[in-house]
Amino acid sequence: MGRSAVNPTLLEVRKLRIHLPTASGMSTVVDGVDFEVRRGEVFGIAGESGSGKTMSVLALLGLLPDGAVVEGSAKYDGIELLGLKGPSMREIRGAEIAMVFQDPMTSLHPMLSVERQLTEHVRYHLGVSARQARIRAAQLLREVRIPDPESALGGYPHQFSGGMRQRIAIAIALACNPKLLIADEPTTALDVTVQAGVLRLLDRLRVEAGLSVVMITHDLGVMSSIAEWLTVMYAGRVVESGRTADVLARPRHPYTAGLLAALPHPEAPAETALRAIKGAPPSPLARPAGCAFHPRCDYARPSCSTSVPALVPIGEGRTLACPVDPLIA
Amino acid sequence: MSLLELRDVEVEYRRAGRLPVRAVAGASLSVDEGEIVGLVGETGCGKSTLARAAVGLVKPTAGSVWFEGRRLEPLGRRARSRADARVQMVFQNPFSSLNPRRRVGDQIADPMATLGIVPGPRRQVRVEELLEQVGLAATAARRYPHQYSGGQRQRIAIARALAAEPSVIVLDEPLSSLDASAQAQVANLLRRLTRELKVGMLLISHDLAIVRHIADRVAVMYLGLVVEAAPTRRLWGAPLHPYTEALIRAIPRADGSGDLPEALAGEVPDPAHPPNGCRFHPRCPYAFDRCSHDEPSLVPMQGDRSVSCWLHKEGGEERSPASLRVRDEVDGV
Repeated sequence: MGRSAVNPTLLEVRKLRIHLPTASGMSTVVDGVDFEVRRGEVFGIAGESGSGKTMSVLALLGLLPDGAVVEGSAKYDGIELLGLKGPSMREIRGAEIAMVFQDPMTSLHPMLSVERQLTEHVRYHLGVSARQARIRAAQLLREVRIPDPESALGGYPHQFSGGMRQRIAIAIALACNPKLLIADEPTTALDVTVQAGVLRLLDRLRVEAGLSVVMITHDLGVMSSIAEWLTVMYAGRVVESGRTADVLARPRHPYTAGLLAALPHPEAPAETALRAIKGAPPSPLARPAGCAFHPRCDYARPSCSTSVPALVPIGEGRTLACPVDPLIA
Repeated sequence: MSLLELRDVEVEYRRAGRLPVRAVAGASLSVDEGEIVGLVGETGCGKSTLARAAVGLVKPTAGSVWFEGRRLEPLGRRARSRADARVQMVFQNPFSSLNPRRRVGDQIADPMATLGIVPGPRRQVRVEELLEQVGLAATAARRYPHQYSGGQRQRIAIARALAAEPSVIVLDEPLSSLDASAQAQVANLLRRLTRELKVGMLLISHDLAIVRHIADRVAVMYLGLVVEAAPTRRLWGAPLHPYTEALIRAIPRADGSGDLPEALAGEVPDPAHPPNGCRFHPRCPYAFDRCSHDEPSLVPMQGDRSVSCWLHKEGGEERSPASLRVRDEVDGV
């Protein structure tokens, strides 16, 4: 008990591998991913679609599609999550670790009132009365800044705007005071003005309630503003990680550097083309041999197409999976 | 006169048993040859409706759309005239805008056949030219859309729009369903096509960073109205409208600084019940008495731009909203 309180690491994922069944046999969508989430910190996982970032977190909560095979370890506060089943997983899910999905239009139930969706799991996990659960629900809505929470409780998802729906989804996720919130592209479907509000809300909860957050997004601007630590994934593997400020200011992997160069830059002179990475991310079914990024990499050497570079520490808490680094550092 | 001009366009959606919604409440903008005009604003501001009105897919309830000096007739039952087909549209999602069961080349050749602009025997050559123009191999003509990624499909959709030999293309969120690297590739393509083919583009997007990078001019919409329009760099350098300022401040920057973007207070009001006076005043940090009962109109300003805000006077200098703030009595206490 005393030990877990001192341990700054809340979640430790090691050698996570996920294989999914497909029409043409098993396909490896996550191939040896390691990361650690500390208490009271936002940890970011960045990558394009198909990089395996969503699958990595779904595995933690036992939400992978049927037939998925998971290897490795994921320790949450000393408990091994992988392989946890039935009642033991239900004690964790929602109560200890909660999740917010990208699209609040599909993650909220369209036919159930906001009150029902905000109280069901509260009553299950905290064992409180319907009245107490309702008071808590109204308080949560106030916390996520929904105007007139009392009447909002009687409303249905379609009556709210996209930003309000996402804030309701966050309120539902936070209802049982989880220690860890997994947010999968929580602001991607939102306007920038609303996105700014959601990011500020998450940051406030982190500061005030000591919440830890795993933030998944392809938006490096969002990462920069909220994540303390950042890991970049490509084709099911981590290519680099470190403090967000370091990684974004001094990317060491050609993929991270490419993603940053592809972003429109505020001070770019007129008429400069965006420096797009050539080609497209590979399908998990046809991942290139060696470093999966080599066909798109300007720095690739012959060895890149044959051996997978290991993720090695490069100091100051950073890791990198690229042997060519000195060329771009 | 501009190639495409929308004058005080209003579009009202009627709903059974409820108040009609004026999705576009008198918006004006224009697109010239060889330029990209970005149209930005939050969800529900009416930008997609305005785009649809610009190509004639919805009929304006008031105001007019002018294209190449003639009034553009809204699309009816009859086939569109060859002249009107010179304004084309590219949609948000290339997974639904392309037919999954027909070959890429056949779909690109469609406009050539229906408009009769390329004779049958020459169509295949023209299809291959177009594919190469958008950065795809000529062999793509014989393949199907599912064999391509999102970014490549959007290129195919752009090639199909180009097949009609348009002078203006209206693009509704063409980049938002694409990954970061595909976004940059397609954004560069749009820029190149406007320069090479002298085609005008109206680019609707909620991604301000991309618009900033590739648009020559930007129009900002709020609740059915254009509230500010300016050359892109001037707009970003010195936003005149408080709403534009709030939009720009809300963009997170990937600079590793750890700064949180600024949130704009309040919610977008229901377009069926717009606020009195300036539609933005309930959320505006600079609002003063007049804003709550008088509606400002879009007036020209110095620096080839226009704004609709009581802080500014017609023909005035480019000054920030903060520098023009009206001090009311509350501030003095």
